[in-house]
Amino acid sequence: MRKCVYVGFIVKNILTIIFRKVTQVTNLIVTLIQGISLGSIYALIALGYTMVYGIAKMLNFAHGDIIMVGAYLIYTSVALAHCSPILGILISVASCALLGIVIEFLAYRLLRRASSLSVLITAIGVSYFLQNIALLVFGSEPKSIPVLFNIPAIQIGNSITITGETMLTLGLTVIIMTALTIFINKTKLGKAMRAVSEDKDAAMLMGINVNRTISITFAIGSIMAAFASLCYGISYTYIKPTTGSMPGIKAFTAAVFGGIGSIPGAMLGGILLGVIEKLSMAYISTQFTDAIVFGVLILVLIIKPTGLLGKQIREKV
Amino acid sequence: MATQINKPLEKTPISKKLLNKDTITVFIVVAFYAVYSTLIYTNTAGRQMLNMAITISCYILMAVSLNLVVGFLGELSLGHAAFMSVGAYSGSMLSVALLQSTAMPLYIRLPLAMIFGGLVATIFGIIIGIPVLRLNGDYLAIVTLAFGEIVKNVIINLDFTGGAIGYDTKAIYSTPKALLPYAAAAVIISVLLIINLAKSKHGRAITAVRDNKIAASATGINITYYKLMVFAFSAFIAGVAGVLWGHSLSIIKAAKFDFNMSIEILVIVVLGGMGSIRGSVIAAILLKVLPEALRAVDDYRMLIYSLLLILMMLFNSAPQFAKLREKLNIKNTLVYFKNRKEKKGGNVE
Repeated sequence: MRKCVYVGFIVKNILTIIFRKVTQVTNLIVTLIQGISLGSIYALIALGYTMVYGIAKMLNFAHGDIIMVGAYLIYTSVALAHCSPILGILISVASCALLGIVIEFLAYRLLRRASSLSVLITAIGVSYFLQNIALLVFGSEPKSIPVLFNIPAIQIGNSITITGETMLTLGLTVIIMTALTIFINKTKLGKAMRAVSEDKDAAMLMGINVNRTISITFAIGSIMAAFASLCYGISYTYIKPTTGSMPGIKAFTAAVFGGIGSIPGAMLGGILLGVIEKLSMAYISTQFTDAIVFGVLILVLIIKPTGLLGKQIREKV
Repeated sequence: MATQINKPLEKTPISKKLLNKDTITVFIVVAFYAVYSTLIYTNTAGRQMLNMAITISCYILMAVSLNLVVGFLGELSLGHAAFMSVGAYSGSMLSVALLQSTAMPLYIRLPLAMIFGGLVATIFGIIIGIPVLRLNGDYLAIVTLAFGEIVKNVIINLDFTGGAIGYDTKAIYSTPKALLPYAAAAVIISVLLIINLAKSKHGRAITAVRDNKIAASATGINITYYKLMVFAFSAFIAGVAGVLWGHSLSIIKAAKFDFNMSIEILVIVVLGGMGSIRGSVIAAILLKVLPEALRAVDDYRMLIYSLLLILMMLFNSAPQFAKLREKLNIKNTLVYFKNRKEKKGGNVE
């Protein structure tokens, strides 16, 4: 009789431990999915940074703020002008592409041969300009983006739920990244871009219109930003004039993490950074998340300044 | 006659001694504080002006110290406010501790706190200086930015710093009237130190590193040493500014020392002219006084700053504006007028 109770007690204990492990694993899976979803937003933004850096050899600090502009455009067209969500997204994408071209033409083109310090300061100026325009137009209080699509959540087993927003973000990112990879590797324009990023002067001698190629790069980068703003908008719903700067800086971190100038690197870096952020939020501390993410950046830069997939650049004397 | 246009102004030995570029800078700083303190101590200054005294001093300190990094070393630092934050917290903590344990008067406590805050900031400057040894340009700018965010994030989430509510400095709060002499002394000493550093052998080495790193190291300049030195020194001055700031408020919040503040200081440095101490001082005074005077356009302040930043960079660096730049250069204009005067005088004779 006593033996029986004893065995029952052990069995109960083992069952509790197994149950706890299972919940731990499912929690981990949920966190990982959230991380990949956040990471794919970072990856979309990082792609814009990396393409512009690869071709124009400049850090477009205003890239994060294009996300903010894109989000406000979706807000204006859908919530204020009552357009259909698809039309709103199209407006946002087209305007962001145009904005990217205009910024490049007005601010960066003149400085193409100037020192990187002055280009960077100009880019910071552009970033602040966009933020303050948004502040004047929309005010400082956060605006909420209406629900654009109603996608039901998927339930796997008992405890893993994947929300519609997460699925949309993941799907969109996969489609855009595939399209971008095909564009860069298979089309003539993509070839021109690769040539310009390799050697601007040689590309010019081969009859490539460098100015046009750079403009197109900015446009594509800004389209990525517009899609990122869509994903950001449906996941976080609230937007402010400063919305773009933090994801922008983190996405730059992601681009550097993966190796700036490398497109697969930006994708990898973005997703890794998102996962790191969510994991540290869940298992280390919610308050120190930003510190951990930026700490990762500093560590990567100290240990391997070229990033995970970046090419080693030799300094010429 | 055409050749004469490019001839530089000839200076007499006396004016060379008195109207030296650096003495003018020091003179401007001293004159500013002389006027300001007479206005304040004779009670002719308004409340607003009284309250601004310490803010202006802090911004001058921040601007000249950032100029050391951006203008002289040629590296962009986007986390300069973090050094100020570290200095403000550590200096104020020491000051509070000294006041509570020994009831030390302000004239011993504040200088001690300034040195302590400056030293703590220096340690952080050296920590951030280490990545500087391996990186430059855009990467470095991002690392300094990340560093600033980390400092802010950590201070907000620690207990002994008062967290997000802020660190209570009511005990050590002093009026602007009491603090102004210390502020003036700190600014004048820092400006003198930086001017002398720039003129010295070390200053020439720093500018050599900025202009061509490889050539500088080939001539035997220890790049590591100079980069670390500039970051440490610049952090020290920023820390001193932070201590001053902490004593002028009744509460300090880490959130105030964010990226926006770093950018504001960068705007001052760029507007004043990178590498010009005098420019930084004047721009700091103007950019802090003008918004107070033009309250009506306060909403547009940051917008105007950002536009100014873009236009200044385009004007200063774009090759297309080289002609215009030459035309508007103040020295060339002076030479032009002098030549015209001489020409006129010659005709009369």
